[in-house]
Amino acid sequence: MVAELAIETAGLVKSFGSKRAVDGVDLAVPAGGVYGFLGPNGAGKTTTIRMLATLLRPDGGWARVLGHDVVRAADAVRARVGLTGQYASLDEDLTGVENLVLLGRLLGFSRGRARSRAGDLLDAFGLSDSAGRQVKTYSGGMRRRIDIAASIVVTPALMFLDEPTTGLDPRSRNQVWEIVRALVGEGTTVLLTTQYLEEADQLAGRIAVIDHGRVIAEGTSGELKASVGAGVLHVRVVDAGRRADAERVLAGVLGVPVVAEGDPVALSARVSDPLRVSEALAALARSGVEVTDFALGRPSLDEVFLALTGHPADDDEASGVGVGVKA
Amino acid sequence: MTAVRERPASGEALRAVLAVRERPARPNAVRASLTFGWRAMLRIKHVPEQLFDVTAFPVMLTLVFTYLLGGALAGSPREYLQFLLPGILVQTVVMITMYTGVALNVDIAKGVFDRIRTLPVWRPSALVGALLGDAVRYTLASVVVVTLGLVLGFRPAGGVVGVALGVLLLLVFSFALSWIWTMLGLVMRTQNAVMGASMLVLFPLTFGSNIFVDPSTMPGWLESVVRLNPITHLVTAVRGLMAGDVTVGQVGWVLVASAVLVAVFGPVTMRLYATRR
Repeated sequence: MVAELAIETAGLVKSFGSKRAVDGVDLAVPAGGVYGFLGPNGAGKTTTIRMLATLLRPDGGWARVLGHDVVRAADAVRARVGLTGQYASLDEDLTGVENLVLLGRLLGFSRGRARSRAGDLLDAFGLSDSAGRQVKTYSGGMRRRIDIAASIVVTPALMFLDEPTTGLDPRSRNQVWEIVRALVGEGTTVLLTTQYLEEADQLAGRIAVIDHGRVIAEGTSGELKASVGAGVLHVRVVDAGRRADAERVLAGVLGVPVVAEGDPVALSARVSDPLRVSEALAALARSGVEVTDFALGRPSLDEVFLALTGHPADDDEASGVGVGVKA
Repeated sequence: MTAVRERPASGEALRAVLAVRERPARPNAVRASLTFGWRAMLRIKHVPEQLFDVTAFPVMLTLVFTYLLGGALAGSPREYLQFLLPGILVQTVVMITMYTGVALNVDIAKGVFDRIRTLPVWRPSALVGALLGDAVRYTLASVVVVTLGLVLGFRPAGGVVGVALGVLLLLVFSFALSWIWTMLGLVMRTQNAVMGASMLVLFPLTFGSNIFVDPSTMPGWLESVVRLNPITHLVTAVRGLMAGDVTVGQVGWVLVASAVLVAVFGPVTMRLYATRR
């Protein structure tokens, strides 16, 4: 059986003035699972999603969502997708339950059915206690949850989640992740954008890395990591005075640059061939440099991003909001 | 997973709501518009302050102009009120039409607009519904002004029917005029810009009309300008309906102008609505 595609695009372009926000994006997102869209602020993630969700008209190329053209069959797309953006998109002056009933009515539910569906959603999202309160009184995490609930008043076949955890505390972030996993478990395809590498690593089956409006790499998290080499060798010596010797020995055997870390006893090197690592460690032992510990870590997505783009994932306006990532 | 423990509700409830794949038929244009109108009513319930400009403001305008100018212009406030009241009613309602554009602009800024545009509903329903909600506000303002007028001594010869028809005609024109403000609401960047631009149009339109004085008392050049002003035509028709001496031509002019406004600004607004980024 040929795998069905939830999203298919070719040469998708969107310009704002002279800036090409999206500059020829080709995507083939399989149905089912989470597809990660990873990139820094301003990379073109949101603009791409807005085109796929029929909010923006592409300037070039085409996109099909669940088999429907986003321009010619916009209503068919709208009937099958849900979108939760970076900002709460509910009427903040209305209560949680009123917002959900309103959407239920607009989607075609009868008054009674809209009410019961709103009640079920508020229960499932742990918001029943706040159902009668105005949305503007909700905390950040509650607001994000009601926003997601609003997108599944009719359970969508495809859900766009645009940076759903940006600005959330770790507990609220875990709750959103749980919701994403439940969505996928029930058969909804999720396209998730994030600037957090850990998030893509945790949730996404396949990941597209986007930078300056272009997809610069695509694959599973494992494939992306493999594409930048076997991993990073971390070595710690006993005596800080012998670090320079160790650096020389390792560089000689590995044939790659060895980096002296901020910690005066630590060294690291990006290696392409794992076999060389054991040779290098043996050479280190022969030269009499004592080592307290060593580890060969697979590269984190942070390192992947750096290797692919030449700049860290959060060096744009995003700096400061990025969550610390340790693979 | 820790998230399950932290969440008050169970993961099971979550999976249960997600498993519902019910897909109701999309609502028709009327129902979608009425639902958006219901939203406007809910907003009034939660933010009653927004009724200030349709209640306290018209009361103030009516009192100030009646007593400030009445003696000088017509011999007594009570005399002047017979002339002024239909005009002040028009000014009040026409001025508050601008909040239509402001409200839309706020929806855009807050992201509500995006949510609405991803719904598979009849496209103009969000705007039509908002305008229906506004019609309720206009009606309320009209009731306040007319009631105050009656208390102060306004005695319209057209009777209840004449007054009701006058208000109805005003509502029709205001609905049509609102499409200009929805267009501005879509184009302008901030709500303050929308308000500023609306004021810039509405001030000269309402003051440069026959609301306060008979144009025949004005310098010739001004009189011709005032006679071209659509607000002048509207005031003449509303005044005529309330006084019971209206002509078909006067009412017809307003209805045609309203139709033209909708025919021109309706499609322009909907085009902007569909393509706004």
